[in-house]
Amino acid sequence: MNTADPSSPAPLWEELVGAALLGTDRRTPAGTAPGRTAPAALLDAAAAETVRRRAGLRPGPAAPLPEPAAEDPRPALPAAAARRLHLLLAGRPGAGGGGRRGTAPDLMELLPQWLTAVNARGFAAPAESLPALLEAARGRTDLRLAALEFAGPRALWLARLNPDWRFALRATPGGGGTLPGPADTRRVEALWREGLFAERVALLASIRFRDADAARELLAATWPTERAEDRLMFLDSLRTGLNARDEPFLEQALADRSRNVRATAAELLSALPDSALAARMAVRAGACVAVDHTGDTPTLLVEAPHECDAGMERDGVSAKAPPGRGERSWWFGQLVEAAPLAIWPARLGGRGPERIVALPVADDWLGELHAAWCRAAVRQRDADWSRALLGPPSAPGAGGPGAVSLAERAKLLGTLPVAERAEWVAGFIAAHGLSEAFQLLGVCAVPWATPLGRSVVDALNIARDAGSYPWSFSGVMGLAERCLDPAEANRLDALLAVPDEPEDASPGAGGYWAEAFQRLGRTLRLRAVMTEELGPREPAAGEPEEGPP
Amino acid sequence: MTQQGVRWTADQVLALAPDSTSRKAGSKLGAAGPWSGTGSSPEGAVWGLCEGGGGASYRTVVDTAGGAGPAYECSCPSRKSPCKHALGLLLLWSGGEGAPPAGRAPDWAERWLAGRGRTAEERAAGRAGSASGPADPEGARRRAERRAERITAGATELEERLADLLRSGLATAERSGHGLWEETAARMVDAQAPGLAARVRELGSVPASGPGWPARLLEECALLHLLDRGWLHRERLPDGLAATVRARVGLPSSPVGPPVRDHWLVLAQYDTPDQKLTTRRIWLYGTESGRTALLLSYGAAGRAPELTLPVGLALDAELTAHAGAGQRRASLGEQFAPPAPTDTRPAGVTTTEAAARYGEALVHDPWQESVPVTLAAVVPTPAGDSWQLADAEGDTALPFTPAAASRPGLWRLVALSGGAPVRVFGECGHRGFTPLTAWPAGEGAAVRLC
Repeated sequence: MNTADPSSPAPLWEELVGAALLGTDRRTPAGTAPGRTAPAALLDAAAAETVRRRAGLRPGPAAPLPEPAAEDPRPALPAAAARRLHLLLAGRPGAGGGGRRGTAPDLMELLPQWLTAVNARGFAAPAESLPALLEAARGRTDLRLAALEFAGPRALWLARLNPDWRFALRATPGGGGTLPGPADTRRVEALWREGLFAERVALLASIRFRDADAARELLAATWPTERAEDRLMFLDSLRTGLNARDEPFLEQALADRSRNVRATAAELLSALPDSALAARMAVRAGACVAVDHTGDTPTLLVEAPHECDAGMERDGVSAKAPPGRGERSWWFGQLVEAAPLAIWPARLGGRGPERIVALPVADDWLGELHAAWCRAAVRQRDADWSRALLGPPSAPGAGGPGAVSLAERAKLLGTLPVAERAEWVAGFIAAHGLSEAFQLLGVCAVPWATPLGRSVVDALNIARDAGSYPWSFSGVMGLAERCLDPAEANRLDALLAVPDEPEDASPGAGGYWAEAFQRLGRTLRLRAVMTEELGPREPAAGEPEEGPP
Repeated sequence: MTQQGVRWTADQVLALAPDSTSRKAGSKLGAAGPWSGTGSSPEGAVWGLCEGGGGASYRTVVDTAGGAGPAYECSCPSRKSPCKHALGLLLLWSGGEGAPPAGRAPDWAERWLAGRGRTAEERAAGRAGSASGPADPEGARRRAERRAERITAGATELEERLADLLRSGLATAERSGHGLWEETAARMVDAQAPGLAARVRELGSVPASGPGWPARLLEECALLHLLDRGWLHRERLPDGLAATVRARVGLPSSPVGPPVRDHWLVLAQYDTPDQKLTTRRIWLYGTESGRTALLLSYGAAGRAPELTLPVGLALDAELTAHAGAGQRRASLGEQFAPPAPTDTRPAGVTTTEAAARYGEALVHDPWQESVPVTLAAVVPTPAGDSWQLADAEGDTALPFTPAAASRPGLWRLVALSGGAPVRVFGECGHRGFTPLTAWPAGEGAAVRLC
């Protein structure tokens, strides 16, 4: 505030402060007597002056007002759901303090799902909750996109005022309406020319999202002048909306000075099955694999390349093998991975993927060949090949070690339709139990389809009867809390009782299992209530109710 | 009134927690999980059984409509009040999920509730009885005289110390450090003048408070001197000012005025913890009288003060003002209904009027640090390294106090505003404005900032 009384004899106060600082023994303010009473006189005058100064305070001049935040047209959250949000945000990590989890639901674990559900219904976050939401998004990158979507335009407005929340400006795809659209060429060009690296990445991503060609043209215009590590990030943004019209630009990037840029360009081109690079790789890979009919059964023969020539290197094949790997098999794997899967039926006697995968492979090349096909199936999102490589879920090899690792299986499952994914994993659990299923469950849509959910609960029940401790299954149990359909809660009731302990069981395990099942049931009911609080939703066709956990 | 009507929000419940550990522990219990046998009565009682660790089960009952805020009873061994079970139960009650159904209290809860009813009646009867005066008026007068003499001795000694300081200069205070002031403060505690002691202790921190400290130290010394002088010559002061001086020195003040019944809107509630004592301040606004009143409540360190009134609710109750001109302190008397949600907001003023109100208040109480004020329409605005509240219409602004500008509530306020005008209640003084509660431009409930 200001002391703005023009009639104030300001020098008086300054003089009083000066005298007080030095002491009345050395200086006596004008108008007061020196000696023993001088300090009291000084304090009297200072008291009057202090009260006068305070009483005369006026507001100061206002700084320029901030530009108002963009309107958020979304409807407000229902009152009960707003209360829920408070609770969810109050249950920060660390609240548990380790140790046993007890029977109470873990609220922080439910926040991601809750955010997905409110976003699906298009609600706006209550304004006063935005700081807590931004803090949650700052601490947990897994929450970030959903939290920022829910937080909406006002959170970005806030993030511009608080350096702690700058991450929000980078993390929001499309910039939440703050970045210029493709049509706003003047602002786009200015930002692309002068913006910070993070702003330019966000701009490119946002334009690519809406107009793939415009983004590529923007990038091409300044490409030769960009730094190598920037080129890599910019190139990566072309993954969104990758299409055949990108090929000339990507072909050009194959000649880039930076090896990483070349490799990324090659990877993108190989995901375009009709590209020239894909055709070149098809020829190279095709030359390595043939069917041998000389024996009793047709067998695949692999002849790995003998050298990595300049053409292969130009097409993104990395010449130097990692330690412990043979060079020839390293090159071979890369060729098959980058070749379009569509070439193999014609090349291998008109067989379909399933029959090709079933063929024996000579000289221990099976693992290398199948692994490369897996990577190709994931990269080209080919469900037929994925299905063939996965095989039936009940196959003895499916439980591992097998030719295809669990991580690869999980990726392959991701290319299958949602229902088929759940069915395959249910079959896998029924045949092999839970211990290997964790990664596979992670790629299934939430809430779990009924057969999948039942197979998980059945398997947990079997594990309990087998006498092990529930924490051996804590990962799956945690997933079940988040992913099981709340409608299944009633099926758990039979599992809540503490069973009589059989002689060979682990001591106390029955009680811990009962506790774990109680928490599961309570969490499911809580999730059901949380969903109810959000009110009805018009479901979009073919879309799962909630996103992945 | 329906049960739904008086339920609090989770935020309001969590505000009751004595510390952050309890808040977290309470949040975890705020789901139907560990609870059984829960229920609630239309009179505002909530009860339930909570599973504890190791198979124990605790009986928890809360009376949300008590005369002096909610009261808790729990069979758990926790020494915190409210304990995590009481908080969890209230959260359960406040949320939709598994909310305790209406019903009759079980015997164990009923016994405690009935006991409370009796105590309240006895207290009311005691109040009526005490109107006839203390049992031993002569003894009380002698005790008061003895205390006054000790305070006079303390004030005289303090005057001498201030004179010594001014004679040798404030620059010496910077060198002599905290020790000098701590010792003087202890002397004032011995003199039974806690108000003087607190001010003296404040003096000790001024030399380390950054540029401009000599002027601030002189201000505080001068006001302390003014208070000493006021005490030593209190018989020559007008009654109101004399009562203010007595209260500022640290004598207990007591309610004197006639009780005023109103619908009191709870504007703000915040705690200032100390090593030994937690002080809770609750600002109330009479929606009919337009008066603003302050309730004080204390708790020993680690325990939340007993009185709790959730922000945004209004209560139909009687308040009795304390003596002292310009004093806003009051005591809560009879409550006629449990606190209930309301759409009413306090009337507001401009920044210029707010500063003028502080100036006017100094006339009656020159030691006033700040006054409670509602700003009608202001925009939180960044100004250099700090923030201010700028009038939506007009070009003046009040700066945030340095403490307020570094609290998380600042960002809740900025978020609520989004660059648009909001209504803000807070404390306006010579250091600036401390926002405590805000209301959005359109519809919407009060948002706590403290």
